[in-house]
Amino acid sequence: MSTVLLLVITGLGLGALYFLVASGLSLIYGLMGVLNFAHGSFLTIAAFLGWEVGRRVSDGSWWGLLISALVGMIVGAVVAAATEYFLIRRLYERHIEQALVTVGLALATVALFEGIWGTDPIYTAKPEWLAQTTEILGAKIPNDRFLLIACAAVVLLGIVLFLQRTRYGLIIRAGVENRSMVTALGIDVRRSFTIVFAIGGAAAGLGGVLASVYYGYVSAHLGSVLLIFAFIVTVIGGLGSLTGAAIASVLVAVLQQFANFYLGGTGDLVVVIALAAVLLVRPRGLMGKVA
Amino acid sequence: MNQMKTDVVTPTPTAPAPAAPIAAAPSRRPLWLLIGGITLVVLLAILPLLAIEIPGVLPGPTYTPGTLQLLAYAMLIAALALSYRMMFGLAGLLSFGHALFFAAGAYGLGMALDAFAPVEWPSELIFLTSIVVTLVFGIVLAATVGSLALRVTGISFAMVTLAFAQAGSVLIRRNPGGATGGDEGLSLDITNVPGALVGVLNTRNLYWLALGILVFVYLVVLWVERSRAGHVAEATRENELRVRVIGIRPYQVKFLIFVVASTLAAIAGMGYLLLQSGASPRVATADFTLTILVIVVLGGVGYRWGAIVGGIVYTLLDQRLTALAGSDFIAGLPAVLRVPLSEPLFILGTLFILVVLFLPGGIAGIPQRIRSGRKQHPVESEEAADA
Repeated sequence: MSTVLLLVITGLGLGALYFLVASGLSLIYGLMGVLNFAHGSFLTIAAFLGWEVGRRVSDGSWWGLLISALVGMIVGAVVAAATEYFLIRRLYERHIEQALVTVGLALATVALFEGIWGTDPIYTAKPEWLAQTTEILGAKIPNDRFLLIACAAVVLLGIVLFLQRTRYGLIIRAGVENRSMVTALGIDVRRSFTIVFAIGGAAAGLGGVLASVYYGYVSAHLGSVLLIFAFIVTVIGGLGSLTGAAIASVLVAVLQQFANFYLGGTGDLVVVIALAAVLLVRPRGLMGKVA
Repeated sequence: MNQMKTDVVTPTPTAPAPAAPIAAAPSRRPLWLLIGGITLVVLLAILPLLAIEIPGVLPGPTYTPGTLQLLAYAMLIAALALSYRMMFGLAGLLSFGHALFFAAGAYGLGMALDAFAPVEWPSELIFLTSIVVTLVFGIVLAATVGSLALRVTGISFAMVTLAFAQAGSVLIRRNPGGATGGDEGLSLDITNVPGALVGVLNTRNLYWLALGILVFVYLVVLWVERSRAGHVAEATRENELRVRVIGIRPYQVKFLIFVVASTLAAIAGMGYLLLQSGASPRVATADFTLTILVIVVLGGVGYRWGAIVGGIVYTLLDQRLTALAGSDFIAGLPAVLRVPLSEPLFILGTLFILVVLFLPGGIAGIPQRIRSGRKQHPVESEEAADA
């Protein structure tokens, strides 16, 4: 019983990470039809800069972590918005080229990060409490899982509130639903593109800092590893659906943890099989709109 | 009027002007092209017997094993890029799993040779059997993945192929039963490989083998593109609905293209195994597929020889930039310049972004741009003319 609980909560923690990356991907794809391969790079640069600032302020304290997280979110948002503004916008409505540009950006930035911070992972310090465990019903659960789950929940709530309660949120929701109609009504959807990229980048940036807490290190390939799973999550959840991304993150991560434990470390494989199964049975994903 | 001009009737809708020299004007200058092509192949074939030095491009004179190895590798990558272009450029299937079939060829042949090693057959027979077994394995794998992935289209298709490639990559890294060598890679068991294909001194034979594979892949791609299936695939890329309406099922054609392209990738993979005397798990990763995509776009998606030019330019650039990165000139620069310039992938990635943004026809599109004096992409000009 305690093993099952441990696996579920660890899975939830990993799912929280997936969600932070997948939420931005899903929103961006839903609104703009851009498959953003550079999303992992947003995460990595945020993780690196968050760590650089955090360790200068104070190493391994809550303050340091908080400042890292803030820096990570700002860096992620700024880099993502700049990418949209300078690269994606020039290729408006040419989806393949937009995806290709993000591919090039991902290749170039990962190489650049390797050049600046080296190819080896850099181990990070974290607040003492996060390294300890809490016992729930006999299961010893690492405390950082709770932090991840809480952050993802806050982000989910924040994005949902933004989408439901603000005017820009309204435009974005309408744009995901039917972009040409929104344009026909005289609203410039393109302005919300930058906002969606910034939101996605901020979520990914927070994800980057939290990933460095979860894994205990930062490396140039932090983003690429998470990105593949985030893609899978996005497709399973249904491209463009935030709720779908949230549900799919949890499902995928928990499934992965269970398969890793009970089926001899085959978590990655099981996730891929799940993706193939979902696409064959229900090609639009769990919560996706009909194409 | 727009509706009348169906894409199905015009076999090459992307080339209103004599854009792609080979594809667009097959009837006007076939002899000239045939002679040119044969001359080029013959020139490449006698290259190992000459001593041509191109400083800065090739590491040494053309008869040295190092240079031949590099050129052979470039030609195999070009063959792989050509097969990918058939899928992405001709049929419009954006696959992120092409590396899987290259790896299937490389690892398949290596594992087959390992598996047949204890059998008491003449080694030539074992070598041939291994090749046949690998080919069959590649075709079956391609048919399985293709039949599943082609049930969905667009981005979902890309994702399913990515998922299968990822599964393959994980399997290879996991090293089931010690068969794939895990992260170390698989080394070629040379006991049953013909002696002419083993050893540094025989690099020129491997070079000819690579050239042969490239020519073979080119001819198959040309044949498929000129066939009725190729025309239907092209029409499907432009407008699938119209193809359905006139009563053709695009699925079968797309399936055919997928299987042929994947099998060609597996053949290139086999050549890679023999050339490198082994296979590294890198060739199964999604990054490797992205590299091929970069090559095809860099060379020019609209042109068949674009894939070849892209493959050779990319491989040479990658190799020479790595050499440049370690040079004294770079080491002497201040850190702001030194760090980016010492990462070949950074330069290639940036170059790729610039090509996508400012040179949509790729390298192969440059002569056409200069000739027509137009700034925009041929496709755009056609759309503008239609409007």
